[in-house]
Amino acid sequence: MEKRLTVSASPHVRSPETTTGIMLDVILALLPALVMSVVNFGTRALALTGVTVGTAMLAEYLSRKVMKRNNTLGDLSAVVTGLILAFNLPVTLPLWMAAIGSIIAIVIVKQMFGGIGQNFVNPAITARIILMVSFPTAMAKWIAPAQSAWAPDAVTAATPMAVLANVKGGDISAVEGLPSLTKMLIGAHGGSMGEVCAVALLAGALYLLLRRVISPIIPFSFIGTVAVIMLIAGKGNFTFLAYELLGGGLILGAFFMATDYTTSPLNAKGRLIFGIGCGLITAVIRLFGSLPEGVSFSIILMNILVPHIERLTTAKPFGYEKEPKEKEAAKA
Amino acid sequence: MAEKKSLFKEFSKGIIIENPVLRLVLGTCPTLATTTSVQSALGMGLAASIVLVCSNIVISALRKVIPAKVRIPAYIVVIASFVTIVQMLVKAFTPELDEQLGVYLPLIVVNCIILGRAEAFAGKNPVLASAVDGLGMGVGFTTALFLMSTVREILGAGSFYGISIPVLSNNPMLIFILPPGGFFVFGLLMATVNKIAESRGKPRAELRGCEACPMAASCTLHNAPQPEPEQKSEEATA
Repeated sequence: MEKRLTVSASPHVRSPETTTGIMLDVILALLPALVMSVVNFGTRALALTGVTVGTAMLAEYLSRKVMKRNNTLGDLSAVVTGLILAFNLPVTLPLWMAAIGSIIAIVIVKQMFGGIGQNFVNPAITARIILMVSFPTAMAKWIAPAQSAWAPDAVTAATPMAVLANVKGGDISAVEGLPSLTKMLIGAHGGSMGEVCAVALLAGALYLLLRRVISPIIPFSFIGTVAVIMLIAGKGNFTFLAYELLGGGLILGAFFMATDYTTSPLNAKGRLIFGIGCGLITAVIRLFGSLPEGVSFSIILMNILVPHIERLTTAKPFGYEKEPKEKEAAKA
Repeated sequence: MAEKKSLFKEFSKGIIIENPVLRLVLGTCPTLATTTSVQSALGMGLAASIVLVCSNIVISALRKVIPAKVRIPAYIVVIASFVTIVQMLVKAFTPELDEQLGVYLPLIVVNCIILGRAEAFAGKNPVLASAVDGLGMGVGFTTALFLMSTVREILGAGSFYGISIPVLSNNPMLIFILPPGGFFVFGLLMATVNKIAESRGKPRAELRGCEACPMAASCTLHNAPQPEPEQKSEEATA
């Protein structure tokens, strides 16, 4: 009889989604925040982004070449890493420091562990933390918006997070220097380049959620946990809560960095634990730590815990029974 | 002639193929702690090497006198005496170095490279070979510390042996003299040495059981007769 069935190896049904497509969506989602950071801090924001993205792509290309692996520039993940890293830096940072950050993110954190999908922590956050530890002064020079960041004598301004660190029990009338809530929304306040404009970030996040690029569990459990703890710490003061949620890198971190596929858990239960853990650590650092902001540390710490979370939350196959212990087996 | 060649082999194996820090991964604690500056790293390397050579010689000379059951305490007593001598000398002649090394100088007593060499080599080899082995391991340890501290001091403090380097000292990357930077440099150096050893046909130093260990050939545990595995399975089925 003639063979009528073609037998081929699975997968038989392919999804039209590609890594490049997902990364392109993330880049699109980050664009509004990039535009707003140029509006707030001037063209230097663009220069800084150019340097981090350019260096990240160059580092990716060269390290793949040196390690004799195939070229992965086309998946655009290096572009996303560069963009997110730039968003995490103060706009006045010397450009060579930004370039070092990109090299650390791509070469040490990503390629040394095997490239895309193999890194155990988020490259951009790790690079930011290494820069923060290495160059503490340059990484904490926040300038007031609406002036040229190129000028060496640009006026510096305390970030809302630094002001909030002095608030005791949610009594924000006791401290000075907090921008109005409208300014917090549009990003007219001191802070990292891309984290300041909450509206632009939320617009990008909404796009990613609608396109189903990111799952809502991590960002909502992350922000929700911070909100609950801050509500308790602020004794029910909603203005304090609003400042805590809009200030710092919470929105950027929760939607764009904690949701990284490689470094977050696979299933819903794991994601919930991951998000709540991130929120807890962030809130604890903000309230009790010596640093004003803890989003990046919380994400990197939870990244490290992901393998353990996965082991705890692996779905059991239907009808699965625990294997009897060795001793019992020996008895039988 | 043949003996001479093997003596050279005992010496040279400590530098790359069986480098105590980078291949056997021993003595990690003093390595990470004292490599923040070239000066303290060299001091640590030299002090440990002196103790290593001396204790190897004495332990090898006494190897037939020391009963096997109490060999570890006996080794420790020998090592501790030499560490005390070295510590007193360092305190007397280079008090600065003593201050830099701090607690890590007396801690050479429990440095696992020294006890490891006593157990793996000096306890069963003649005096001359043990001295050469100690010297090779000492040179390997000092070289590893020197390389690590060079990278860490130049990048992390912008200086070399305390002399500041013009451009680099303006904005040193502090992380390199902090513990995380130490681990980065350690890992990268280990990878490089693994690569060199691999190119000479030696297995890489990885956690892959006894077979992959660079010391497998001379290890007592590895060469000990293995318990019969069949017996165990019989018990399980019974």
